[in-house]
Amino acid sequence: MTAAPINQRFPPPQFTETGHQLPHMTAPPPRAGALDYLDIVVLCICLALATWLVLRRRARREVVLLSLFSLLYFGFWRNGCVCAIGSIQNLTQALFDSTYAVPVTVLAFGVLPLVFALFFGRVFCAAVCPHGAFQDVMLLKPVRLPVWLEHGLRLLAYVYLGLAVVFAATGGGYIICRFDPFVQIFRLTGSLTMILTGVIFLLLSMFIGRPYCRFLCPYGVLLGLAGSVSRWRARITPDKCTQCRRCQDACPFNAINKVTPKAQQIDPTPEDKRRLAIRCALLPLVIVSGLWLGGLSGDSLAKAHPTVALAERVHLEDAGAVPGATDASVAFRAEGTAPEKLFAEAHALVARYVLAGRLCGVWVGLVVGLKLIALAWRPRRPEYETDAVRCVACARCFDFCPQEHKRRQGKNGVLD
Amino acid sequence: MKRRVFFGGLARVAAVLGLGGLAGRLAQSAQAAHTVWQIDPWKCTSCGKCATECVLELSAVKCVQFYDICGYCDFCTGYFEPQPNKLNTGAENQLCPTGAIVRKFIEDPYYEYSINEPLCVGCAKCVKGCTLFGNGSFHLQIRHDRCLNCNECSIAKACPVQAISRVPAGKPYLFKTLEGRK
Repeated sequence: MTAAPINQRFPPPQFTETGHQLPHMTAPPPRAGALDYLDIVVLCICLALATWLVLRRRARREVVLLSLFSLLYFGFWRNGCVCAIGSIQNLTQALFDSTYAVPVTVLAFGVLPLVFALFFGRVFCAAVCPHGAFQDVMLLKPVRLPVWLEHGLRLLAYVYLGLAVVFAATGGGYIICRFDPFVQIFRLTGSLTMILTGVIFLLLSMFIGRPYCRFLCPYGVLLGLAGSVSRWRARITPDKCTQCRRCQDACPFNAINKVTPKAQQIDPTPEDKRRLAIRCALLPLVIVSGLWLGGLSGDSLAKAHPTVALAERVHLEDAGAVPGATDASVAFRAEGTAPEKLFAEAHALVARYVLAGRLCGVWVGLVVGLKLIALAWRPRRPEYETDAVRCVACARCFDFCPQEHKRRQGKNGVLD
Repeated sequence: MKRRVFFGGLARVAAVLGLGGLAGRLAQSAQAAHTVWQIDPWKCTSCGKCATECVLELSAVKCVQFYDICGYCDFCTGYFEPQPNKLNTGAENQLCPTGAIVRKFIEDPYYEYSINEPLCVGCAKCVKGCTLFGNGSFHLQIRHDRCLNCNECSIAKACPVQAISRVPAGKPYLFKTLEGRK
């Protein structure tokens, strides 16, 4: 930009008579950078503590205490920002936008919980995430959802993750932050709609365990995937399972897989094989339809981008289709840039959105297709076990296991 | 079962390597110094969205007065309504909806205008008046004692001219300067 002289319509006075000294503008400093590093340290300590409490101490009470601390510190004290869930978008933007440099704190919040999940399961969800803690403490009387509803709703999180990545990669904004139901409550201020959404989620949490975590949280998707290959995740009991089913009844999140009855522990029947073959053949079909639908949605997704929205507005105004002008279009015209340049930019962006929409469609198609295959699989489970993807390591089931009680009486509660 | 454990381990190693690679690649460009949101006063069109779009009930954006370029006008177009009854501090003459601008007599014919920050709502009415007809010494800034430094600034999202961006925390204000627009 060229240097422009400042307005001097009225030359500033000299104050020769009174010798008046000009006051200075005050500049209150932002939060000290060192405190950001403190956040990383607190995150590390909380993650390590959560791992120890869940995997070694196996103590629900302590897990609750730690999650309350996280709720107060990361939630109400730090106002829910920075958080691991939103960091997905910063990391995505950093990958696709070379001018954007991701802050170190955000990088740490995005990567550390995933690293822990790879080794210890979703201990982050258990006691470090303020969103999870908030919903968990609200839980009053969990209702067991029908299986089909549970599976269907869980797919929403994958779609949400795909959309969040699309918008972050193309400069359309951070939808996870914008539609976060709890951050407004952490800040105790915000738009009425979002506060009401948060309240609704909290009310739902009283009867449906962690609705946001299970059905929407995009970071939970990543943690679940990482948790599925984890080395030392939470196990219901290290002792012999007596198949009393108390753990499954205790889990409010449908995250415990039941034992396969003896009669069903058989080799796959021809019918099973046929069903599996059909589902496998369906996978490419689902992916292709995802690709097609994603491409179709590209145009409407692109409208979230300010440049595309402005181009559309300017175009409509020029065509006389809409009366008046918006602040943005007035500012654009005052700037004097040729509308053609704006339109070309918008067209390039729409093309990017179509591509991103297609990739997102492929992702969703892949998830749906694999889900269908997984549902056709006949498991052979000799005992009750935590589901590697869905278990949030809340440690509830430990307390309900009679074998656990027996062992605790013997060994002072510490597992070796 | 053994096969499952083996492939689990393999996937874990692959995931750790992938995650490490990603983190390493991002860490190269990552910035240690943290950043904060700020308004470029030269881009600002004083549309008034700052007052309403901030996640805080009372916006983190406030008007600041750059005294060095202020004309100390008697008829301040940032202070007075377009056609005031009288050039005095009567509320009916003031442009500011909350009476956040303090007018003080210095010497004839000069008056000093300063912002009573707790009252300012960041509506930019004074900024518009001062920029259109005066020297433009009133301008908006995000005040960092109030700003929550959200991951995505909701005012930045709503700003019609993208005047809000992240700046290094070491230099957290983009005040107007005597040199003018850079």
